[in-house]
Amino acid sequence: MANSHQLKRVDFIFRNENDWEKVLSSTIKRKPSELINELMSSELKGRGGAGFPTGLKWKFTSEEESDEKYIICNADEGEPGTFKDREILSKVPYKVLTAMAVCGYVTGAKKGFIYLRGEYKFLEPELIKEIAEFEYYCNEIDFDFKIEIFMGSGAYICGEETALMESMEGRRGEPRNKPPFPTQKGYLGKPTVINNVETLVHTYTIFKYGAKKFYDLGVQYSRGTKLFSVSGDTPKPGIYELELGMSLQDFVYEFGDGDTKAVQVGGASGFLVPRKKFKDAAIGFKGKLTGISLPTGGSMMLFNSSRSMFNVLDNYLEFFREESCGQCTPCRVGCQQLLLGIKAVKRGEKPASYLDKLMRLTETMQLTAKCGLGQSVANSFSSIVENFHEEMIY
Amino acid sequence: MDSIQSLIKNLADQHGRKRESLLPIMQAIVEQENYLSEYSMVELAREVDIPAADVYGTATFYSFIETKPAGKYIIRICKTIACAMKGKNQVLFAIQDMLKIKLGETTPDKRFSLLESNCLGWCHKAPAMLINNEVYTELTPEKVREILADYMKKNGQN
Repeated sequence: MANSHQLKRVDFIFRNENDWEKVLSSTIKRKPSELINELMSSELKGRGGAGFPTGLKWKFTSEEESDEKYIICNADEGEPGTFKDREILSKVPYKVLTAMAVCGYVTGAKKGFIYLRGEYKFLEPELIKEIAEFEYYCNEIDFDFKIEIFMGSGAYICGEETALMESMEGRRGEPRNKPPFPTQKGYLGKPTVINNVETLVHTYTIFKYGAKKFYDLGVQYSRGTKLFSVSGDTPKPGIYELELGMSLQDFVYEFGDGDTKAVQVGGASGFLVPRKKFKDAAIGFKGKLTGISLPTGGSMMLFNSSRSMFNVLDNYLEFFREESCGQCTPCRVGCQQLLLGIKAVKRGEKPASYLDKLMRLTETMQLTAKCGLGQSVANSFSSIVENFHEEMIY
Repeated sequence: MDSIQSLIKNLADQHGRKRESLLPIMQAIVEQENYLSEYSMVELAREVDIPAADVYGTATFYSFIETKPAGKYIIRICKTIACAMKGKNQVLFAIQDMLKIKLGETTPDKRFSLLESNCLGWCHKAPAMLINNEVYTELTPEKVREILADYMKKNGQN
């Protein structure tokens, strides 16, 4: 599969459609159970990176009994190398709002929030206007759904769904223990659907064009399209909507500068793939029988032969050390020690074998850290150290 | 009632005296005052009726809630991987040269503060920086000098 797949450009997400009123009014005439089934059969998985089936999330929340429920659009896009959600919110915000309202209809929520990262505050005025227009229409068709913007304040960890809710509740953005999951106890302890911006736009496509149209794109276990944020050493950095399941080799043919040494898939918390493994790696969710499947929130960063992989790892670790919320010891101390450790090896203060110790530390972090941040440090650390071992030492 | 007290009272009236309003109120104070002083934190705690330690704990978690005196224009230059690869350091040196301050410092006239920030989400147009909420991308030392010169002119008019 990985060898035969061609790169296919698709244009669903940014296609400008002026019929959101019609999409909304016709969708909320259908039964909630029918809409959930449509989502489930599309096999849409969360586009923020974790890949949880979206239909299931909506289903779980719809089944909860509660006087209040909430819909949250996670626009706290902070993964290094990811910038697609900003583009969605500035180009097709009405699709996001429509999808949130439909989600409210399906689950029984009357209130939605867009958690917008502080770095994107410049988007706020335009979004407020869009929301006003949207709510005006909802009012006209007697549909009760309100949307508010909640501004973040510069904390990467708040992209983690439960940390985001803590932040909305006026606390430090420290992730909660799961279970209970947000679908049961989310914002203010009420059942909450929290979806990534892009995920919501895909539901818009699915409700408008039908699940089949979406399902027919992509490959098994990784259906549909995905927005990719392409940056680094590439002649054409930018945002591209592509089918899932493509091979990294094809990707590099398209986006590389002819000297691509490695690609980081999934940002600082993702994996580094060296050139020799390009042809074996496919971009999509896990579950394929052969080859390496790499999930991604859309961050694709290319490095050419002029780059030092030590510097790349050093930059990632500094990022994690600063952004670790500090709540659990494995992550807080682990990130600090990894950074000190690679510097000590580089300076010759520790033997090369010390890298193996650090690798075991990342395994411990993967097992014991409370949330995805601490658990995923191992991804970039081990893939960089394994594939570019000599660059860590000399 | 001093001006900070009345600012906080107005914000609490507007956002509600509940824990969920804490971050929006703190953001609004920073917008007005450039930073959130300990005095403001204590007043905010009194107004919303929660322990001052909780306000402090929340405030210090967020990198955009300044808790030290800062300038009118806060420059945040992105230091994460894509920007680091594309010449962020040269841009940073140009800013430091021009403003005569180092990272973490504020100009004596209290106009500019210079900070580094993690990924701002402009990797395809690196290097990038924010001046307050304004975004500047594909920076070069020349470009950043022009941008700052414009701000300094604005500065003179104020």
